[in-house]
Amino acid sequence: MTEAAYEFVEGAGGDLTFVARGASLEELFTSAGEAVLAACVEDPARVEPRERFAIALAEPDCDLLLLRFLSELVFLRDARRLLLRAGALRVQDDGSARLTGELCGERIDPARHVLTHDVKAATAYGLRIEKSPAGLSVRVTLDV
Amino acid sequence: MTRPAALEQRDPNTFELAPGFRPGMRVPVRLFASEKLVAELDDQVWEQAANVAALPGIVGASLCMPDAHWGYGFPIGGVAAFDLRTGVISPGGIGFDINCGMRLVRTDLRWPEVKPRLRELVDALAERVPAGPGRDGFLRCDNDEFCAVMREGAPWLVKRGFGTAEDLLHTEARGCFAGADPASVSERALERGRGQLGTLGSGNHYLEIQVLRPEGVFDASLARAFGLDREEQVVVMFHCGSRGFGHQIATDYVQQFLRAMPAKFGFEIRDRELACAPIDSQEGRDYYAAMCCAANMSFANRQLILHRVREVFSDVFGKTADALGIRTVYDVAHNTAKCERHRVDGRERELLVHRKGATRAFPPGHPELPATYQATGQPVVIGGSLETGSYVLAGVASGAKSFFSTAHGSGRTMSRHKARKLVRGHELIRQLEKRGILVRAASLSGLAEEAGLAYKSVDAVAEATEQAGLSKRVAHLVPVGNVKG
Repeated sequence: MTEAAYEFVEGAGGDLTFVARGASLEELFTSAGEAVLAACVEDPARVEPRERFAIALAEPDCDLLLLRFLSELVFLRDARRLLLRAGALRVQDDGSARLTGELCGERIDPARHVLTHDVKAATAYGLRIEKSPAGLSVRVTLDV
Repeated sequence: MTRPAALEQRDPNTFELAPGFRPGMRVPVRLFASEKLVAELDDQVWEQAANVAALPGIVGASLCMPDAHWGYGFPIGGVAAFDLRTGVISPGGIGFDINCGMRLVRTDLRWPEVKPRLRELVDALAERVPAGPGRDGFLRCDNDEFCAVMREGAPWLVKRGFGTAEDLLHTEARGCFAGADPASVSERALERGRGQLGTLGSGNHYLEIQVLRPEGVFDASLARAFGLDREEQVVVMFHCGSRGFGHQIATDYVQQFLRAMPAKFGFEIRDRELACAPIDSQEGRDYYAAMCCAANMSFANRQLILHRVREVFSDVFGKTADALGIRTVYDVAHNTAKCERHRVDGRERELLVHRKGATRAFPPGHPELPATYQATGQPVVIGGSLETGSYVLAGVASGAKSFFSTAHGSGRTMSRHKARKLVRGHELIRQLEKRGILVRAASLSGLAEEAGLAYKSVDAVAEATEQAGLSKRVAHLVPVGNVKG
């Protein structure tokens, strides 16, 4: 797993906006997933890799694949009480976009996890993976 | 906050951008506001409203209410009506929190009676109305029961003793949107939402005890007709929606529409969050049916929360809810798309009206209003920040210019990100208590993001709303206790 790189930035007033970065698609997805976790819980470092889940997603392009991946994290937190981050991921972009790998984390434990936002959804607003000499970046708005 | 050079002022409270403002606009952008609110407006509102103006089948104008602010897809406070044959339906024009809405409840209690019991009351409400991230509801439903909630909305609960016939009469659409079809809802949405009936949620959701001061009455006759009929009267207001159930329905359909749009529907959009489908398509009909399911769950959610409010007041004051005069004034939806009949260019048409962060406000005599409000117009609730209070207004005939839509809240003027840097939750609680507002918050950081400084002046929004002819001010309500999700 690579180090996550994200920061929360100014954005639509009622929502939370972050910019995630990575040298590769895998790093970018990992960073964006970490940002969603950080939006949900006060101290993401306290989320331990106690459980692992396989994940496999396919979409027409990488922007939609990232939206689907983040939506998966939102769903699993709200429906199954799981705080998850990316484990080892593989992202392929060869005409269509596919993600395989695993998510790791644990069930919400109120004694250790201070929940901050009930993230409703990852939105598609302005979501476009951009290439730069430093790698890849994406701006994502979360409805909270 | 740059005023576009192309902005034209049509009258003191109407501002317009002609279709030439951005390529592809089919109709103008029209904002109802005051000069002061225009000066405070996020630049992105103009761009987002222009994107909406370019959607197929839009009728009249892409409208912005006085509390408009930067959102995703549509701006918050955005209203757009679409032709049923040529138009589209867009989850981004409704919001992920489908039928997020407000309920205003009156009581016979006066502030001098409540003041000595306020702490007990707020603590009991905070304990018994689940609020904040990750909370389960207090009514467990199996799949069949939850499907009945989807189809029937608040009436399903009233039939089981969780409310009164009057609650339904005083709820938009009697608490049930026709056209709900559980078959259009994914298993994931069911899984996410089934356990959340009777929960407040988080973000800008809250339950507030408020007082009607004598100086807060703008129209005594309308106030009396709404049951706001005594000095220092205590009322309860709460704001919440369809919870994870609605969020997942919107998520599912945004993704489905994004996959289908370029190839199947043959039109382009400028912002992917404006993903949409023709109203007259299988995809459009499916989303409408699912959205109605979420709207009905939300009406049921607010009905169930009212039941808990009644229980708490009854326990604290030792009288039945009926004896305490606890009655729904009105329950209004904010985030919906509805088929309504409106007069456009001299002819009556059936349109699909999207209201995102906007309130329906029918005028006196409208056939959809109950007998109670035929002479007054529909009660409208504009929720303010937890520091500044809220307004009750009434629908008026001149609201036809906005498809009988009006403002829904103060409108944010500062991002959550920035508010969180400036405000500490503990400190805000202490300051508010000094000012006589008792707050119980599920999340201190969430509370900080909702501080009054993050919002426009609710007084300015309500005043501009009235001056623009969208609805008429009836009363200002002052907060004394707040349960923050």
